[in-house]
Amino acid sequence: MTVNVRGATLAGRLAGLPLRAHLALGTVLLFVLAGLLGPLLAPYDAARTSPVDRLLPPGTRLSDGAMAWLGTDQVGQDILAEVLAGMRTSLTVALVTVAVGGSVGLLLGLLAGYFGGWADGIISRVGDIQLAFPSLLLAILLAGVLGPSMVNVIIALAVTRWVIFARVVRGSALAVRDREFVDSARVMGASHARILAGYILPSCLPPLMVAATVQVGLTMVAEASLSFLGLGVPASQASWGSTIAEGRDYLASAWWIAAVPGAALALVVVSIGVLGDLLRDASDPMTEL
Amino acid sequence: MTAYLGRRLAQALLQIWGAITIVFIALRVLPGDPAELILGSQATPEALEELRGSLGLDEPLLVQYATHMRDVVALDFGHSWRQSVSALDACLERLGSTLSLSAWAMVITIVLGFAAGSFAARRANTWADHLVSVSSLVGQALPPFWIGIMLSLIFARWLQILPSTADGTMVSLLLPAFTLALPFVGWLARLVRTGILEEMNQDYVRTAHAKGMSHRVVFSVHVLRNTLVPVVTMLGLLMGYFIANGVIVEVIFAWPGIGSLLIDSITFRDYAVVEAVLTVITVCYILLNLLVDVLYVYLDPRIQLENA
Repeated sequence: MTVNVRGATLAGRLAGLPLRAHLALGTVLLFVLAGLLGPLLAPYDAARTSPVDRLLPPGTRLSDGAMAWLGTDQVGQDILAEVLAGMRTSLTVALVTVAVGGSVGLLLGLLAGYFGGWADGIISRVGDIQLAFPSLLLAILLAGVLGPSMVNVIIALAVTRWVIFARVVRGSALAVRDREFVDSARVMGASHARILAGYILPSCLPPLMVAATVQVGLTMVAEASLSFLGLGVPASQASWGSTIAEGRDYLASAWWIAAVPGAALALVVVSIGVLGDLLRDASDPMTEL
Repeated sequence: MTAYLGRRLAQALLQIWGAITIVFIALRVLPGDPAELILGSQATPEALEELRGSLGLDEPLLVQYATHMRDVVALDFGHSWRQSVSALDACLERLGSTLSLSAWAMVITIVLGFAAGSFAARRANTWADHLVSVSSLVGQALPPFWIGIMLSLIFARWLQILPSTADGTMVSLLLPAFTLALPFVGWLARLVRTGILEEMNQDYVRTAHAKGMSHRVVFSVHVLRNTLVPVVTMLGLLMGYFIANGVIVEVIFAWPGIGSLLIDSITFRDYAVVEAVLTVITVCYILLNLLVDVLYVYLDPRIQLENA
């Protein structure tokens, strides 16, 4: 529904958005683009070290003549390359986690909200139990047991996220399942599958998209937190969290190692948060229908 | 009231059982062979066999689960192999540090949150109000561990007025407590601001003004007190959150609490301690939630009537 409305006057809608929306959208697009083009702009190789270029401040020329715009780290890696590679890791983990957690949450949420009964009882009860377990601790526990790998980080984080999506979807499915247009479809003899796909799902999607947007930002922070604790992606892969952890030991001599990736993370997460708020405002009249 | 309490208590017990089960699944079922996980891939077959025997891993899973639940109820989590004490003692020894850190974070949140919130409410829709709401939004969105590192860079390295790691003094508490509190100062400020603005429109405020009470007295005696009800209950949730999410802050500032113990124990595969720490934290968390719900009913008589 929203897509149609937006598609008709995309330019008009964009122009009508407040300044912070433009800033946030621009920042997110810039980071996504930089993440995608990263390997072309500044190739990153975790194994390559250059002792002469250690701990250089931002804007120094390296021994090979290249400019280190954001400085270098304790083994002579260019921080810019590291941040770009970290962006890819962060974005991949966040998007896949939200896609997996969102799909599972959507499925279970529909099941619980539409059919109710014992399915709802079990799903809601399991969700309650899991929410009583602090999500960061659950992620730490799972990632710690499963061992450092990108797939394991995604598993650990998706397990902590599905409940949130399931609750959102269950709520909206519950709100529409007894409405008249659904009743009339049922009277017309529509199957459960048809009602779910044609009538229930469309009302669940806007709030799900809002939740997904917000969760992308939060998952990026969670991934960085796990990597910061040494429980995230392996050392061969760049991650903002592990770069920040390394930079912590060099705060006195090279503050930029910890500051730059953290600032990048903060900027992206704040921007995604702003977008999530806007999306919520935009989809509010929809959810009231 | 009693029925409500009973129902809520049963729910809390179910959640505690669930939490213990989650930890059991994560540590005993997921890894395939916990003995190999604990000893590492270099272990000899004899050592593995012996550990499996002593952990009861050669029993069927359900038997293991039953034994485990019985041990947990008896508060027996086994021994820490790193420190020669019981896992629970290792955990309780560190609990005090975590609690004092959380308590100070709470004090900071309350003082700053109330100050900023009532400041913003009294100047609603001015630039000062907007400044408070924008900074609280940004404060909530920033990654906590990065805030911690930046604060320690600014205050410990550049200005050199605060210590960056725990040395047992009160000042060394400031940076970690502030890091923990910062995201919630803005959150509380917004809550307080909305609460005050809502209360200001109530009939009793107009009556108080009509009686000739000064604005200051109306505000501090009537409005602020009524704003407290929802806020005080939320603070209980916050305490649980501080205990659970202090993990990263404790690691950043080398704070000797159960959070840094948890990470160390995971890294060194000291799973008895991991189990003890996670159980202690989640039980605290669940009980605080229970306390909040009870407190809420107690503080607001209107809710008591509905739920009785």
